[in-house]
Amino acid sequence: MSAAAVSRQASRHVTNRGLTSSLRTIKVVWHRELLRFVKDRPRLIAGVVQPVLYLFVMGTGISAMVPTTHGVPFRTFLFPGVMSMTVLFTCFFSAGSIVWDRELGFMREMMVAPVRRSAILVGKCLGGMTAGTVQGLAMVVIGWIGGVTITPRLVGTLLLELPLISFSLTAFGVAIATRMKSIQAFMAVMQVVLFPMFFASGALYPLQGLPSWLEALTRFDPLTYAVAPLRHAVLDAAGQGALAPKVTWGSFVVPVWLDLAIVAASAVLALALALPKFERSDV
Amino acid sequence: MSSAVVVRGLEKRYGDVHAVRGIDFEVARGEVFGFLGPNGAGKSTTIKILCTLAQPTAGTAMVAGHDVVRERDAVRANIGLVFQETTLDDYLTAYQNLRFHGELYGVDSAILPARIEQVMRMVGLWDRRDGIVSTFSGGMKRRLEIARGLVHAPSVLFLDEPTIGLDPQTRSTIWGYIRELKQEHDITIFLTTHYMDEAENCDRIAIMDSGKLVALDEPSKLKAMVGKDRIQIRTADDEAAIVALRETLQIDAKILDGAVTFGVPAGEDFLPRLFAELPVPIRSASVARPTLDDVFLAFTGTTIRDAEATAAEKAAPFARGRL
Repeated sequence: MSAAAVSRQASRHVTNRGLTSSLRTIKVVWHRELLRFVKDRPRLIAGVVQPVLYLFVMGTGISAMVPTTHGVPFRTFLFPGVMSMTVLFTCFFSAGSIVWDRELGFMREMMVAPVRRSAILVGKCLGGMTAGTVQGLAMVVIGWIGGVTITPRLVGTLLLELPLISFSLTAFGVAIATRMKSIQAFMAVMQVVLFPMFFASGALYPLQGLPSWLEALTRFDPLTYAVAPLRHAVLDAAGQGALAPKVTWGSFVVPVWLDLAIVAASAVLALALALPKFERSDV
Repeated sequence: MSSAVVVRGLEKRYGDVHAVRGIDFEVARGEVFGFLGPNGAGKSTTIKILCTLAQPTAGTAMVAGHDVVRERDAVRANIGLVFQETTLDDYLTAYQNLRFHGELYGVDSAILPARIEQVMRMVGLWDRRDGIVSTFSGGMKRRLEIARGLVHAPSVLFLDEPTIGLDPQTRSTIWGYIRELKQEHDITIFLTTHYMDEAENCDRIAIMDSGKLVALDEPSKLKAMVGKDRIQIRTADDEAAIVALRETLQIDAKILDGAVTFGVPAGEDFLPRLFAELPVPIRSASVARPTLDDVFLAFTGTTIRDAEATAAEKAAPFARGRL
């Protein structure tokens, strides 16, 4: 084909705000997030080292004091908690790319394109979802090496639960990221939001028998409802599903499906908070 | 569609600031149109409106046959943008950056690889297509951004200070691309610059000052309009020289760039008289044909460099001492 013909063809691009255009945008943005994730070696290494540290060093140390929790070995109890922690960090980091992109100027490239901004945001969340899921599955391998029982059924369950949880956590991070002007501010807010979320989620300790103020706090933490289904799946694989601690509201025991529904609802709420801000933001 | 850009009575206010005060102009298809003016003249605001990144307070603007307010996406799809600051993804390769752009703009995937190769060859970066952008020099990044702005074959390409901060060789390379684009592709180029020597390369130039267009024509015609040669002299006492020029020669002079400056027709013939009649000793003298600098001076009453210095002072009064 001649140069002029290529140029003519290239100018005939589809431009509409329809579904096809938005799906294309989501795919393109998602694809870039994946390229960035795969290329980010330090982040991939940290994603392995950090959980190993928590599970084997901290987990082993604490097992010396607390051999069993809820009738299961502490390390098995801790495993889903550490999994949710690494997924949480991965997803928030992915969400932070919004602030990075703005600071490095690349956000402009996306914002001036003839596409819906909501599609850009959804693409970002799908990127975080993929990164979080991959991180969670890497944990499965680490846990397996560490002696946690891994069954095909557990992997299947995680393949359903991890994407939902990761999407929701990324959306949560995105809702914060769209309000941050600088990466420093985002990091600072991360510290203030991330650790309380993690510590109040029951990732490290059972949700029963807590002082009432802490019990109330855990019930308001969205991460609590992400940890519970993961822990249920892990203990179920170890044949101790009945021992899995459930979230309770007073005397009401929250079933796993409702945990997941709450996670999904948080995602919707987070996106609803992020979108208007993102649509209006300057380029 | 006869004109690539049509602007009518365009105004923009930011609160109390009247950044653009009602401007009208048209840019013909295939033209290289230069927008000149100091920082704060309203140049950037005008470009932002044309690129749909800001809404006008009053007036209309059509770009590539579409209204910038009512048909925002159609305008966006038909323009290419190269900003002053880099907007590349540093972590991806050159090729990945361009593919992202092409896919985002919905360029047919059957044609995209050929198109990317075409624009990358044009800016001489095809051999570096798999290089990570963070390893590129400033000039390479700028070239890559120009290539990216062309991937979706826009009908108007906006270049905001395309050569700022680049070495002279890279600057002339970039001008080479701009001329090549004009000759071989059906594209209109709208650029801003404050390098006067570069503005000479434009088909037409618009000079903007304090939110208004003060001149718009071909560079040669603008220079002919000014007509006078510019004489700059360095003297023992500049103030006395200015007074003497006014009183004995009826010439209005001012100090620009550290020298007493004034315009006269036929400057070389005037010099002997100047030396004979000026009571203040002259240390050096220079005569220059009218340049765009003089055009700018004639229309705005200041050189572009002084105008920028004043703008910078206004913006950061405490920065003065450090300069």
